Order: sequence, then C-alpha cells, then structure tokens
Amino acid sequence: MTSENDSARAVQVDDLSVDLGGRLVLRGIDLRIRQGEVVAVLGTNGSGKSTLIKTVVGLLPAARGEVRLFGTPVPRFREWRRVGYVPQRITAAGGVPATVYEVVSSGLLSKRRMFAPLGAAGKQAIEDALEVVDMADRRKDAVAELSGGQQQRVLIARALVSDPELLILDEPTAGVDLASQQIFADAIRERVAGGTTVVMVSHDLGPMDALIDRSVVMRRGRIVYDGPPHASQTHAHVHHSHTDDDPGWLTS
Amino acid sequence: MTMFQLEFMQRALIAGLLTGLSAPAIGTYLVQRRLSLMGDGIGHIAITGVALGLLTGSAPVLTAIIVSIAGATAIELVRARGKATGDVALALLFYGGIAGGVLLIGLAGQGAATLNTYLFGSLTTVSQSDLYVVVGLAVAVLVVAIGLGPQLFAVCQDEEFARTTGLRVQLLNLVIAVMAAVTVTVAMRTVGLLLVSALMVVPVATAQQVTRSFRSTFITACVIGVLACLAGIVTSYNANVAPGATIVVLALAGFVVAATVGTLLRRRAGRARPLADEEPEVGVPAPEPHVVSAGHPHAHSQACGHKKVEHGDHVDYVHDGHLHAAHGDHWDEH
Repeated sequence: MTSENDSARAVQVDDLSVDLGGRLVLRGIDLRIRQGEVVAVLGTNGSGKSTLIKTVVGLLPAARGEVRLFGTPVPRFREWRRVGYVPQRITAAGGVPATVYEVVSSGLLSKRRMFAPLGAAGKQAIEDALEVVDMADRRKDAVAELSGGQQQRVLIARALVSDPELLILDEPTAGVDLASQQIFADAIRERVAGGTTVVMVSHDLGPMDALIDRSVVMRRGRIVYDGPPHASQTHAHVHHSHTDDDPGWLTS
Repeated sequence: MTMFQLEFMQRALIAGLLTGLSAPAIGTYLVQRRLSLMGDGIGHIAITGVALGLLTGSAPVLTAIIVSIAGATAIELVRARGKATGDVALALLFYGGIAGGVLLIGLAGQGAATLNTYLFGSLTTVSQSDLYVVVGLAVAVLVVAIGLGPQLFAVCQDEEFARTTGLRVQLLNLVIAVMAAVTVTVAMRTVGLLLVSALMVVPVATAQQVTRSFRSTFITACVIGVLACLAGIVTSYNANVAPGATIVVLALAGFVVAATVGTLLRRRAGRARPLADEEPEVGVPAPEPHVVSAGHPHAHSQACGHKKVEHGDHVDYVHDGHLHAAHGDHWDEH
C-alpha cells in the first residue's frame, strides 16, 4: 500500500471494534471510502451504523483497530476543517436562544483562531451556506422556533459553511418534511458535483436515493453488504409478480 | 454628605458594577449548557474556602477562590468522566461545602455574624485590597467570556459538534468551570455566597423573555445584572438591609415584568404571523414511481386461507414467505 493510495482515501477503517459500556457494538469493521464517493450506510436500529459514524469522527474511542481520515489516524487528526459533521439529534436549540446565523457561524470554528473576530470571508461563507439550504430569510430567527426540518437544514448549513472535503451525515432525513429533504438533496448534489466525499447514515434515503453510488449495509455490528445500491434497500415499495421471467423482487 | 461620597459606598458600587457584569456573562454559558445550578454548588464550596481563610488568618477572598476553583474543577471532572450525573455531582459538593464551612467557622471561633456577611453580602466589608482582587478577577472573567465567546458558545450549544471542529472541548469546559468559580468569589462581597447563583441565572432568564439571539441575550443579561446590582446596593444603604437579598429581589421583580411583557409580545407576533402549517408547501416531490406488476393471479380476501397480519391501516397477507397488501387493482410487497 503506497502513501499515494492513503491520501486518496477520505476514510479508512481497519478491523474496527467499538465497545459501548461492555457491549461490542462494532465487530471487525473494514471500510475504505475513496475521495469523491457518495456512500450510504444502511441498517436497522441497533445495527451499529451511528456508532460507526461517531467513531469515524472521533466521538467514540476504538476498542480495537483504527480509523484514518485522509491518511491520518483519528486521534492524531488535526485538519478538522476538511470534515463537516451533521449529528443525528436535533441539537440546534440550547438553554439560551440562538439565531440561525449564530448556529451556522459555529461551523467556522475549525478555521478561526481564538480571540479573532469573524472576517469578511467568514461572513460571506455563512451567507452562502444559508442560501444553499434556503434559510437566508430566517437568519435572525431563533432556532428553537423552527420546525424539525428547518432545524436540520440549519445543522447542514453549519457543516457546509467550512467548505469541507468530507461530509458526514447521521440520519439527515429522520423526521424531516419532504420539502426540506428535497432542499438538502439538492444542496448535497451540488457538493458532490464539486468533488466532496459524502458518507450518510440513514434508514430512509428519500430524495437522496439518486445520489448514492455505493451502499454499505450493517447488521449486528458487522458489514453484511458493500457494493452498488440496489432497489430493495432503498425502496420501501417493491412489487410482487408471479410471471416467470420477472423474479419480482426488484423494480426500478 | 451623600452616600456616593462615602468611601465604602464607592467601593461597594464598583464591586457591584463588576459583579453585575461578570455574573450574567458567565451565567449565560451555564444556562445554555443547562447547568444553571452550578453557581450554587460553587457558592457552597466557597463557604468552606472563606472559613478556611478565617481559621488560618489569611485573606478569605484568596482562600475562597482557591477552594472554589478546586471544587469547580472537581464538578467538571466528575461530570466529564461520567462517574455521576451533573446534578448528583453538584449535590455532593453542596453538602460538603456548607458542612465544611460551618465546621471550620466554629473551629475558628467566629460567630454567625461574620459568616452572614459572606453568605448574604455586606456593603461595609469591601476593603481596599478586596477591591483590587475583585477588579482584577472580574476583568479576567469578562475578557475570557467575550473573547472566547464563539468557542464557548459552540461548546455549550452542541458539545459533540464542537469536538468535530477540533476544539479542545474538555479544556473549554474547564475554563467555564473556573470562570464560574472566580465569579462566585467576585460576587461574594456584594451578593453573598448563597445568592450569587441568582445573579448568574435570573438576568439571563429575564433577558431571554424578550431576545432571540445568544448575543443579545448576553448583552441584555449584563445590563440587567448591572442595573439590579447598583439599584440593590443603593436601596440596601437607604433601607439598611442586606444587599444580596435586595439585589436578588429586584432582579426577580425584573423577571416578572419581562415575562409578562414577553408573553404579550409573543401573543401579538403569533397573531400577525401565520402558523407554520399554513405556509404553502413548496417543492414537495411526487410519490415514488409506481410500477404495476403483471399478473398476480390470486386475489387475497378474508377467506383465502393466507395468514393475515394487521399492518397499520390495512391487512397484509402472508404469501410464499412475503407479505402482500392490496393497493388499488394490484398487490404490493410489504
């Protein structure tokens, strides 16, 4: 394996096991994601897909094996500006009101030095990110007053604002209205066209379906399928047929 | 001679001004992290610190700050390591702090009167050297609270996301805990240790009745804190009552007024704006393309013999190991 290969990989997971409170949630995961790929991690609740994502961004420690981002092991990884993360929960609201603009601006912290004010470039990046998720006219509204879908759009904008090369989304479509799903499928399509690597966890891809070029299916902490997306995973709606020449399981 | 010419009143007012600024400043971050009672916990620990100072004959402000920083760090570490939840960690320190304080004061041979000036504040006890310490500490707290604002905001808003931006979250959490401890010591002389937390929380709660952004909440809370402190000190001089209680009662009165005004404003805004579900739905995609399969020779029914399974609003039939459901004139896999 050459170092050239290493740097071409956005994410490299080797023999990863993760232990949560004494229970092995991930067992021996191997996964390589090249730059520019759009990968969906699928699986039922409890299959370990969120745990995998959290370990990849360094929120959970590996019990065995390791995760590399852009060739650097995660505990030593410092170039966080190359990574945009959208967490699963709707954590847009805290104990004190905060506006859409303020929440999105915290996405720039990987680029900001301490005690330094926000520059013109940063302000422009915030405007652009708000525009992409169609929230520019709500920038002065408190996030707590927004609907679930709008809050999720704010969190996407917060991840996009630093112009990341690798975008990691944990259940971006859960509990989000269709209009919002369409808006960020469009936002992500735009990023993908620009060469961004995307890894998203979901059990219902919705309008994002068309963007995926590889899917990874997890079950009980292991990867059970890794390859091109196929319809039975992404369509909730599959027809049954009795004709012999049509196996009946897949529709396109 | 007016009260403003009295030297001890000048010192009290300067201390009050700085307390009024720094307590709500750090309080905004504590409230955002939903750790409103942290100031209370630290205040109780500081009682032990004061008692230690009185016992050993050193300056109580100094021992209070050392002990409360140690206590705040302990709370943060216990919380971060997950050894106990935040509120249990606070409760443990509450009890330890107040029991230790009372015990040590007893040993020092000082009576309830001395302890009272620290518990509820006192105008006359702010000495010249106390004032220097208070000014230095308050300025340090304000510089950190404003200068590291974006970082502290991110950590308090969403700790997990903050970590993925490469921020040193644990260090920043510790900074917040230490700043809270320093603020408690700053506020000890004017508001008193038992009510110091009120000055961290009440102005913030008041401000957010009428604000929408973090920044405006922060600034409004500081203004309210300063007004409450200065008005409380003046009232306390005129009425000859403990300043801490006066300041807190004034701050709470402000909260009641703001809550009433805020409710009225929101009700008005709610009438003016349409409800969320009245907004037109834009860009809703059409349903998934729907391919009707050719030839399903069998029509399921109540009596067809296939096993029936209730599925939400319809019935699925078990057929060759998969589920069928009626959909218009054809059958779907479920």
